[in-house]
Amino acid sequence: MSSLIKEFKIKAKDFIHAGEGSMEIRNSLKSLNLDADIIQRVSICAYEAEMNVVMHGGDGIISLVLDDTGVVVEVMDDGHGIDDINLALTEGYTTAGAEAQQMGFGAGMGLPNIVRNSDYFKIYTEKNKGAYLIMCFRLKNKIGKDCQGRLFTIWNNNKRDGES
Amino acid sequence: MKLSEIKEILKADLISGDNNLDIEVLGGAASDLMSDLLRKPKEGALLLTGLTSIQAINTSVIGGMAAIVFVRGKKPDNAIVSLAKKHNIPILSTPFNMFSSCGRLYAKGLKSITWLS
Amino acid sequence: MKVRDIQAEFSLEVAAGSSGLDREIAGGDCGDLLSDVMANSRAGDLWLTIQSHQNIMAVAVLKDLAAIILVNGHRPDDITVAKAEQEGIPILLSPTSSYQLAGGLFRAGIMQKEE
Repeated sequence: MSSLIKEFKIKAKDFIHAGEGSMEIRNSLKSLNLDADIIQRVSICAYEAEMNVVMHGGDGIISLVLDDTGVVVEVMDDGHGIDDINLALTEGYTTAGAEAQQMGFGAGMGLPNIVRNSDYFKIYTEKNKGAYLIMCFRLKNKIGKDCQGRLFTIWNNNKRDGES
Repeated sequence: MKLSEIKEILKADLISGDNNLDIEVLGGAASDLMSDLLRKPKEGALLLTGLTSIQAINTSVIGGMAAIVFVRGKKPDNAIVSLAKKHNIPILSTPFNMFSSCGRLYAKGLKSITWLS
Repeated sequence: MKVRDIQAEFSLEVAAGSSGLDREIAGGDCGDLLSDVMANSRAGDLWLTIQSHQNIMAVAVLKDLAAIILVNGHRPDDITVAKAEQEGIPILLSPTSSYQLAGGLFRAGIMQKEE
């Protein structure tokens, strides 16, 4: 199978279009007849990560790369970053406001859901620079190479708010 | 349990999905918050929710749910109905509240969908 | 029926507010959208939810609910526990889903009189 690469923009606080990137990712994987289990796990993780950016982050990007070993989803944003990653990973902990809750999110289960449903997950954040997540999913019986993303360098080189 | 039977038990209006009333629903799941539903997929579930937002449809699609019932007499807007139709997920609306809806369906034999396997 | 009776029948863990176990139950509510619960719940309701932060106590006090049951294994945070103790409104815990628990409670006779 040759590589598939897709990328979608995420807009902060745009609750109307929130989720569209992950739904497109899901459609792409479905059209390639991947295993239902991997489609579902990728969809859950992509969706939770995208919703997190809309609720908490700045503007961002969600990226899908699919090759014959598996799927890599990266999500990055240019918001104010995550204050405390350990707290953010705790089930039930949230900094979400009322608007997020009215959308059905903000109960503090996004990151725990991602941890639960991905084969590999790593998160980077810097105050006033935003956050970067990489999530990897191995296709059955494939030995995956190290989980590497194509967007990390771009995110890492972004300036923090206020820097010239 | 067939969707037609659910419609009757809940005295529900069918908002969309006229040709889907014969589908079998495997179990019930009730929540207003979507992340809780995404802890584990719920293939074939009937989602009972008061959350009339696009995210209820997105979550149902990702979670593999069979149909949605909006409780507390809530009715979704056109954008939500369109998205549900596009994904072939039937929508009902019941005047009963969540507790009563769950209670009535459970009493008639619709079990809870397996939550955490 | 008292909160104590339900706690015993369904073997629910008491997380806080044990002083309120003799509160009378009038009916049941399920929901996680606080504004909905504020609008639709009635005094004496048992409220099933997954929301575990302190705002649930504000709702419980304002609506004079009988007790809160956190479902799906959710647990209240420390501030919520403290408020429950202060107000004498029990927070009970259930590992099962709200659908399942609501089903069981409904069968046990918890329902609004007009239903």
